[in-house]
Order: sequence, then C-alpha cells, then structure tokens
Amino acid sequence: MKITANISIHHLARVEGHGNIRIRIENGKLQEAKWEIVETPRFFEALLVGKKWENAPWICGRICGICSIGHTLASIRAIENAFGIVPSVQTQRLRLLLKHMETLQSHVLHLYFLSAPDFLGAGSVFPLIQSAPEVVHRAARLKQLANDICDCVGGRRLHPTRTVVGGFTMLPGRKELETFRNRLRETTGDLLATAELFQTFRIPDFVRETEFVSLKGEAEYPFIGGDLASTDGAHKKEHEYREMTNEYMVEQSTSKWSRLSRRSFAVGALARLNNNFAFLQPEAKETGEMFGLKPVNHNPFMNNIAQLVECVHVVHESLLLINELLASEQEEPRQEVTPKGGTGVGAVEVPRGILYHCYEFDDGGRILKCDCVIPTSQNHANIQHDLEELAGRCAEAGRTDREIELLAQMLVRAYDPCISCSVH
Amino acid sequence: MTNSEQGKTYLGVPVYRPKTAFFELSSCEGCQLQLLNNESSLLAFLSLVDVVNFREAMTERSDAFEIAFVEGSVTRSDEVERLKKIREKAKILVAFGSCACFGGVNQLKNRFSREWTKKEVYGEHAVETEFARPLEDVVSVDLKIFGCPVKKEEVEKIIINIATGKSVIYPKYPVCMECKANENICLFDIGEPCLGPITRAGCDSWCPNSRFGCWGCRGPADDANVEQLKVIMKKHGFSEETLLDRLECFGGFSDFAKEIRETIS
Ligand code: SF4
Ligand code: SF4
Ligand code: SF4
Repeated sequence: MKITANISIHHLARVEGHGNIRIRIENGKLQEAKWEIVETPRFFEALLVGKKWENAPWICGRICGICSIGHTLASIRAIENAFGIVPSVQTQRLRLLLKHMETLQSHVLHLYFLSAPDFLGAGSVFPLIQSAPEVVHRAARLKQLANDICDCVGGRRLHPTRTVVGGFTMLPGRKELETFRNRLRETTGDLLATAELFQTFRIPDFVRETEFVSLKGEAEYPFIGGDLASTDGAHKKEHEYREMTNEYMVEQSTSKWSRLSRRSFAVGALARLNNNFAFLQPEAKETGEMFGLKPVNHNPFMNNIAQLVECVHVVHESLLLINELLASEQEEPRQEVTPKGGTGVGAVEVPRGILYHCYEFDDGGRILKCDCVIPTSQNHANIQHDLEELAGRCAEAGRTDREIELLAQMLVRAYDPCISCSVH
Repeated sequence: MTNSEQGKTYLGVPVYRPKTAFFELSSCEGCQLQLLNNESSLLAFLSLVDVVNFREAMTERSDAFEIAFVEGSVTRSDEVERLKKIREKAKILVAFGSCACFGGVNQLKNRFSREWTKKEVYGEHAVETEFARPLEDVVSVDLKIFGCPVKKEEVEKIIINIATGKSVIYPKYPVCMECKANENICLFDIGEPCLGPITRAGCDSWCPNSRFGCWGCRGPADDANVEQLKVIMKKHGFSEETLLDRLECFGGFSDFAKEIRETIS
C-alpha cells in the first residue's frame, strides 16, 4: 500500500525539554524525518568563566533538574582531578550510593511516568491513578525510597547540599543507613513486579546497528570515573574525552551533536550494559535474561529494559555499599582543598549516559574555560538516524499515520532524552 | 482529572479545583520536578488542582486554565511571545522558582556581553539569545514562589491558600531565624560563609541544616541588612569576592551585587 503521511509533533510530551519530530512520507517513500531541538541555550559554559572553583558544582547542578546529583558529582570530580585530590574510600562509597539512588529514581520516573503510558495506551500517568492504582503506587514507593536516600546522603534530592569538593559536609547516621538497608531489601519485590509488568508490554522489534559509548569497568559496573570505551573498539582515558565526543554544530538543533567511529553513537543504560554486562550484579543479569537482553543489543527500544536491569543492579549494589559503610569506622567527612592551576576532567555515568565536565583553572582556582558534554547531546545524531530508518521502514510497510506517530514518539522517549540539559 | 468533583473540602473549607497549567521557559525544570518528585504528596496535590497542561508528564494539552505556573527566566524573543500569550489567558500568573522570580543562575551570563557569551559556547555558529530576565520584566506577575528549587511544602501551602481563597503571606524574617529554631551550629563558627542573615526565610534553613551555607536563592528578606553582613563576612576573613559570588548567584540580590562588583573592579 502506498501511503502519504505528514507528521509534525511540536514540543514532544513526556520528555524533559523541548524537541520536535517531523516526518513526511509521499506515495510510500520517505521524504523527510527530522528530530529538531528548539530548546533555549542557557550558556553555563560561559557564565562560569571567572568564578572560583567552589561555585562550579553548586551552579552546574542547575544544568538539569533530573540529574542534578550526576552533574554535581561530575563537576566535583573534574575539580578534584585538577587539584590532585583523591577522595577517601568512605567518600567514594557514599558518592556511589547517592549516584545509584539518582539512577533508580530517574529510571523509575522514566519507566513508569514517561514510558509506560505509551504501552498502556494512556496519554499520561494521571488516568492510571484510577485505572491501575497499584502500578502508580508501586512507582511512587520505589521513587520515594530512592529520593529519601538522596535526601539523607546528599542533603536533598534536587540540587544537593552535602556534596562538596573534598567529600561531604555531613555524614548519614548509622541508624539511617540501617533503616535504608531494610527498605532496600524490601524493595526487591517491587522490582520483580516492575519486570513482570514490562514483560506484558510489546517492545517494538526494531534493530539498527550502531556504536555504543560508555565508561569501561575494570572489575565493577562503572558509574564514576575511569576509562572510556565503545563497542566498535575505541578506548580512551578520561582526560581524552574530547576524542570520544567530537562535538559539532548542525542547523536543526541548538544542541551540539557527536560522532566517533561511525556517523553517530549511543550512550545510556543500553550502552553501559553493552560494554559492561559481565559486571552486573547476578540478580540484574537474571532480569536481563528474562527479556533476552544480552550484549551487544542494537534495539534502541531495549534501552527501557536496560534501565530496568540497572534498577535491579543499583539496588543490590547499594545493599553491599551500605554493608561496607556500616562495617567501617566513620572517618572525617571532608578533606582540605588547596586550589591550583591546571585542567581537570570528570566523567560520570548519569541515568541518560556518560557525562563529562572539564574545567581549566588559573593558579587561584578561578575558572578560565569550562566544557560540559551532556549524554543527550551525544545521542541526538543517533536518534536522528534511528528516526530516519524507522520512518523509512514504516513507509515501506504501509503503516498508518497514527502508528508512525506513536512509534516515532516511543523511539525518542526510549532514549529518555534530557533536552534542556543537552542545550545547557 | 475532571472539574466535576463538587463539594471537596480541605480542613472543612470548601475548595474548588482550579484548572492549572505548568509552563517552562529557560530553566532546569527542577521546580516542576519538585512536584512530580514528591511521591507521598503528589496524589494529594493532584486532588487540589485540575492539571490541564504539564508537558513534562502528559500528552494532552489544553489552553483553558486559570492558574499558570511559569518556571524559568526569559532569554529569547520567542519566550517573550509565549509568556505574553500565557499572561493573556491566565487569571493568576505565578512566577515559579528563582529563575522566574529573579533570573536565577541564568542571569549570571548578564555579566558578559551577548556577543562574547555566544562565541564562548558556539564559536561562529549563529544562535539567538538575550540577557536573562525575570518574568516581571515582561509581564505582570500575581504571585512569586521563591527558591532554587522551590520547597514543595511551601508550594502546597500556597496552592491551598489559592484554592480556599486566602491570601498568600511570605515570611518577612531571614533564614537565620529558622536556622536558630532548628538548633543548627552556626556555619560562621565552623569557618563557612552564609547568607542566612539577609535571605528571606521559608525554606526552613534547608542548606544550613546540612552544614552548607546559604547562597541566598530566595532573595532578600524584608529590611535585609547587607552592610552588616559585609562586616560579619570580613570579621570571619571572607573576601568580597566570596560575598559577591553568593549575592549574585540567583539574581535576588542583583542591586547589592552590582554595587559590590563596581567597587571590586
Ligand atoms: S529555580 Fe532552580 S530549580 Fe527551579 S528551574 Fe530554575 S534552576 Fe531549576
Ligand atoms: S548558619 Fe547561617 S543561617 Fe544559620 S545562624 Fe549561622 S548565619 Fe544564620
Ligand atoms: S538556605 Fe538559602 S540557599 Fe538554601 S534553600 Fe534556603 S534560601 Fe536557598
């Protein structure tokens, strides 16, 4: 069947920030498929110039309301690397615990509130409050636990206050950690129920080969710092991140784009999993197996499932982290900071993929240059190529306007884009 | 999510569920997320208002609303137009968060020329931007909710006041009052700077509770005495630069910050 379609979605809903989708099909032939970014830039890289180092984590957290903890930690790591500060083991554990809980809350928000409504035929999570209250309550419980731990470890869930260069301003109490350990143990039932819910969804069967970029773990599934790797075999050190990101400007976007070995690459849960599957906690691997998710998986819609697998991973690893914290003597929360001139890079895996912050300092610790490369900007080119391929196949298969529109939206949503973050 | 639930009450006072819309200009969307992100009270919140537009969470959109919560500052000409349209439709326009009230962290770029800012980030590639401005510079604002981010308890209180027809009153006193009531150690005593003495309360001394000095995200308290804070800062050995960093961070103290910037440079 020869079809003609003209699809234009202005300010796509249930994604963070402002993006448009445009698809034009004439007589069964794809004329145009475009992923446009219309977000207004806020110029964080410029506004930090001249500011002292201690401003950076506090201000850079405001790049993004969803992953403010990730931005804060990347910023802190870049500064510590520039000043030659090595965080204590206690600080490393607490930062990872905090990071894990941001990952959990962000993935749950995406899976239940942004993604699931598509599979359940709803426009938002709100009607589900009536039609499927147990689903909404489960999501709320999972998020609440993650957020409560963030409040405790980071001071608050959004724009954290306890996380500083050199460590923490305050430590969580033993009692609090013990309570969280119990609550984390109890949450495994909710995770299983989440997996069962997603097993009832039909994940679109769409495969397009691409390159996946993430941190490369040595013994653990990586989240904070380390080497950079891709499924096409690229391997770089953290400070060489620019050779991984290769940012460039395009007309259709106020966000920059990236490329590496091919014309685009993907970052995010699926990329992390494709590069580091062996290091997942056993329970997380089992969840992956329930969905036949094995590396290297090239279906972008499976990013949803990779997020689910990571939810299981971070809960189980957080239990181990809390055990370790409780088994060790409490140390000083914070080290002295002596600023010095030089450049530092911090690479952190945030929910949507690998994030880089890089600052150049003068001798007094004032910022001369600042560069932040956001996961979603690295994904934009890959989203564009997926969208072309998907629309082309839909055109050939003679799908209806309505079907194409829904699939295109689901595709973009699967990447969980954080657009205001990408145009920071 | 219909407006048909008649006879709803809150603490015995009848409430109507105003049709409410959320919009964002240049922002991190964190203030909106403060509402989605507070699962224990989200459902209670949704029973107070009839959300008709919340792009972050729903596909459906409607132009018929009474209350518009606008997050973010104005930094581009298309945002001026959007904001004016929202103003035409809204009975009550709420500046939601410090970006909307004062320009927020976005206004830090106003320290530089527009040309330099664009070049620093985009090189020769053409992008449009203007100086970051609070909503009030473009349209009239009926209500401000301060904070970066806003505090959900305060938002809920304000919404209940609107829904039950009461007026909204802000605390006049500074964060220090809340901090003392919370029995925190004063940060100055452990060698950290703090804007608590001059910043408007209402956040329950959120940052000092975590042993992190206040950066003034909620703007000045009534009768804020910046001169006196200058003396305290100096006495504890903090530079004017440190004071300036905090005063200019969120835009609420921009007049004071401008003065200090001129004396430093
Ligand atoms: S006021 Fe702060 S939290 Fe709210 S949108 Fe602006 S930057 Fe984000
Ligand atoms: S810590 Fe800050 S807010 Fe608290 S009493 Fe001291 S100056 Fe005031
Ligand atoms: S303590 Fe200061 S910076 Fe922190 S939330 Fe309150 S007003 Fe804002």
